[in-house]
Amino acid sequence: MKIQLNNKIKAALTTISIALFLILVFVGDNVISSGSSWRMLITVIEKGSIFALVAASMNLLNGFTGLFSLGQAGFMLMGAYTYAIFTIPSASHDAVYQYFGGGIIKWSIVEVLESKIGVVGHYLGLFIPIIFAGILVAIVAYLIGIPVLRLKSDYLAIATLGFAEILRAFFQWNTLGPVTNGSNVLRKYTTYHSAIFPVVIAGICITIILLLLNSTYGRAFKAIRDDEIAAEAMGINLFKHKELSFVISSFFAGISGSLLAMFQSTISATPFTTQMTYEILLIVVIGGIGSISGSIIGAFLFIACSEWWLRGLDSGSWLGISSDLMRSGFRKVIFAIMIMLVVLFYSKGIMGDKEFSWNRFVNWWLTRPQAIKNWPNKLKSKLVSKKKARMAKSDAKARLKQEKADSDYKKASGTPLFTPLPISDQVIVFDKEGK
Amino acid sequence: MDNRQVVLKLSDLTMQFGGVVAVDNLNLLLHKNEILGLIGPNGAGKTTAFNCITGVYEPTNGAVEINGNIVIENYPKGKMKEEYKGRNLGKYTKSQTMLPDKVTKLGVARTFQNIRLFKGMTVLENVLVAMHMNQEETVFGATFRSKKARNEEKAMREEALVLLRKVGLYENKDDISTSLPYGKQRHLEIARALATHPTILLLDEPAAGMNPQESDELMHFIGEIRDKFDLSILMIEHHMQVIMGICEHIYVLNYGGQIADGAPAEIQANPAVIEAYLGGDE
Ligand SMILES: Nc1ncnc2c1ncn2[C@@H]1O[C@H](COP(=O)(O)OP(=O)(O)OP(=O)(O)O)[C@@H](O)[C@H]1O
Ligand SMILES: [Mg+2]
Repeated sequence: MKIQLNNKIKAALTTISIALFLILVFVGDNVISSGSSWRMLITVIEKGSIFALVAASMNLLNGFTGLFSLGQAGFMLMGAYTYAIFTIPSASHDAVYQYFGGGIIKWSIVEVLESKIGVVGHYLGLFIPIIFAGILVAIVAYLIGIPVLRLKSDYLAIATLGFAEILRAFFQWNTLGPVTNGSNVLRKYTTYHSAIFPVVIAGICITIILLLLNSTYGRAFKAIRDDEIAAEAMGINLFKHKELSFVISSFFAGISGSLLAMFQSTISATPFTTQMTYEILLIVVIGGIGSISGSIIGAFLFIACSEWWLRGLDSGSWLGISSDLMRSGFRKVIFAIMIMLVVLFYSKGIMGDKEFSWNRFVNWWLTRPQAIKNWPNKLKSKLVSKKKARMAKSDAKARLKQEKADSDYKKASGTPLFTPLPISDQVIVFDKEGK
Repeated sequence: MDNRQVVLKLSDLTMQFGGVVAVDNLNLLLHKNEILGLIGPNGAGKTTAFNCITGVYEPTNGAVEINGNIVIENYPKGKMKEEYKGRNLGKYTKSQTMLPDKVTKLGVARTFQNIRLFKGMTVLENVLVAMHMNQEETVFGATFRSKKARNEEKAMREEALVLLRKVGLYENKDDISTSLPYGKQRHLEIARALATHPTILLLDEPAAGMNPQESDELMHFIGEIRDKFDLSILMIEHHMQVIMGICEHIYVLNYGGQIADGAPAEIQANPAVIEAYLGGDE
C-alpha cells in the first residue's frame, strides 16, 4: 500500500516544516546561552546553510549541467571580500587598513544607504551589499567563462581551479592593499545579529536554484549534461547555456561567500584554498550529484561532523573513548576514512539524483515497522542465499578437483574410465588410426 | 527533371580526416517533400556527410545550401592545403561555418545512428527539450514563472503531448526514455526531431536493429510524417526493403565517393552498386 499525498497537503507540509524550523532556529538562537555546549547546534545551522548554498550552486554546475568546474572557493572568496570591503564603516577604516593608510575606499554601502533613507537603509544595508557581491562575482565569472567554458571536462576543472588560485593570490597582493588589505584580515564590517539571517538568505537562494532547474532552462542544462551533441542538435546553444549556468552558479557562490564573511566576522584569503573546493565537492558527492536536497543534507552532515560531532577526536576523548592517538588532526584522518567508505560503498550519495519528496518520505516511514519486522527474515534469507552460493561454489570447486583428479588418473593409468565421453573419444582415435 | 523547389543542396562536399577522405565530392539535391535515400557499405561516409550538413564537422571543401542560401562553405587551408586529396581545389574561396544549433534553427533536424536520447529524462521531457530553442522568455522570467513563461510552458506541453500521440508514444510519456524498447526509442528520436519544427529531416539508419515487420511499420510512419509535417527527408538506411519501398531517389556512396544516383529500380540494376555491395560483403 502506497500513500499518494495531494499537492495541497504537500505544500502545507512544506510550509509547516519550514516555519517550524525557522521558529526553532530563532528560539534556539535566543535561548541557548553562548556558554552552553548546545550552542554548537546553532553554529552548525548557520555554517551548514552557507555551505548548503554553495554546494547547491556547485551542484547546479557539476550535477545538472555536467560541467566539472572547481572554482567555487575562488568565487566565494571574491564574494566575501566584496561584501567586507564595501561594508566597513568609515570610522573603522583607519584601524582596519592600518598598514595601508586607511585604505582608499572611505565609505560603506550601509552608511550611504542610512544617510539617504534612514532606518530602511539600515536594514537594506544587510541585503544590498550581499547582492552587490553576487553580481560582481557573476560579472567576473562571465569573463572567465568566455575562454574556459570551451574546454572539455578535465581541462575545465584544471582551468577553473587555476583561476580560483589566481583570485586568491590576487586578493593577497600587496599592491592592492589599499583595497583588499593585502594579506591582513578584514574586520569590523557589518554582520547579521540573528542565526535566522543566513538560514533565510540561503533558503531563498536555494529555492531560486530549484525554480531555475525546473524551468525550461533547467531542462536544457540537463540535456547538455546527458548528451552535448544531441542537445546541440536540438537547437540548444551550448556556449550560451553553459555560460548561463556558470554565471548563475558563481552568483550564488558569491552570495554564500558574503554570508560566510558575515558568519566569521573577520575574513582573509587564506582559508579559501583548493581544499575548500574539495570540501564543497565532497558535500555534493555525499548528498548526491544531481540532487539539491542531497546537497543540503550533505552540507549539514558535513559541517556537523567536522565542527561538532568529531571534535572530540582532536582533543583526546570521543564518545567516552580516550586514547593518545586522538590529538590534533586525528579528526581529519577519521573523516577521510568515513568519506572513503561513503564513496566506495555508497557512491550515489544519500539522495542519488532524486529530490526529496513527501510521498517517498511518508512511505518510507510507513513501511519501516513492516521492514523492521521483516528484517530478521530478510537477513536470514540473505544468509541462506549466501550460504547456498558458498556451497555451490565449494561444490563446483570439489567437482573441478574431482575431474582433474580423474583426468590425472586417466593420464597416469592410460585406461579410460567408464564414462560416455571417452567412448566417443576412442571411436575417433580408432577412426584416425584406421586411415 | 524534377521541378520542385530544392531545399538542400550539397556541392562538391568533401571531408578529409588526416589522410582519409571520408566524403569525396558529394553532390546531392533534396527537393521539397521528397524522400531521398543515401546508401552505401559500412564506412562509406554517410554519417560523416550528415555531420557536415548539420555543422558537427567543418567540411574540408565544398558548400551546403539550405533553402537557397549557402550556409556552410569551406576550402582546404593551412596544413590541409598540401595534404588535400579531394577534387575541386580552388573552386571555393569562402570559409563559412555554422554551429549545429544554428543549423537546427534553420529547420534541419536529425536523428542519430547510435540513439542519443537524454537518458535521465522522461519521454515527455525529451520532447520538451527540443522545444526550448523556440522559447522567448528569458532565464529570469522562466525562473520566476512570469505569465509569459507559464503560458509558453503550457503551450509546449500541449504541443509535445499532441506530437507524442501522433507518433504513438503517448502511453509512454512518463517513462524514462532509455527504458523504452529499441523500436520506440527510434520513434522518440524522430518525435524529438519533429519538435524542433523542421522542414528538412535527416534520418540516420532509422530502421537499424528492427525486425522486418517493425521496419515495414517504420516505412509507413516515415511516409506519414512527411505528409503530416510537410517535410523533405534525407535518410541513410541499410534495410534495402525500406529504402527501395519508400525513396523516390537514391544516392549511393562507396569509399566516400558517389558511385551512382537514380530511381530505386535503376539503382538495383546498376552494376557499380552491385559490385560495391558484393565487394563490401566479402
Ligand atoms: N572524427 C573522425 N575522425 C577520423 N575519421 C573519421 C571520423 N569520423 C568518421 N571517420 C572515418 O570516415 C569514414 C566514414 O565513416 P562514416 O561513419 O561516415 O561511415 P558510414 O557510411 O556512416 O558507415 P556505417 O554504415 O557503418 O554507419 C570511416 O572510415 C571512419 O573511420
Ligand atoms: Mg553511419
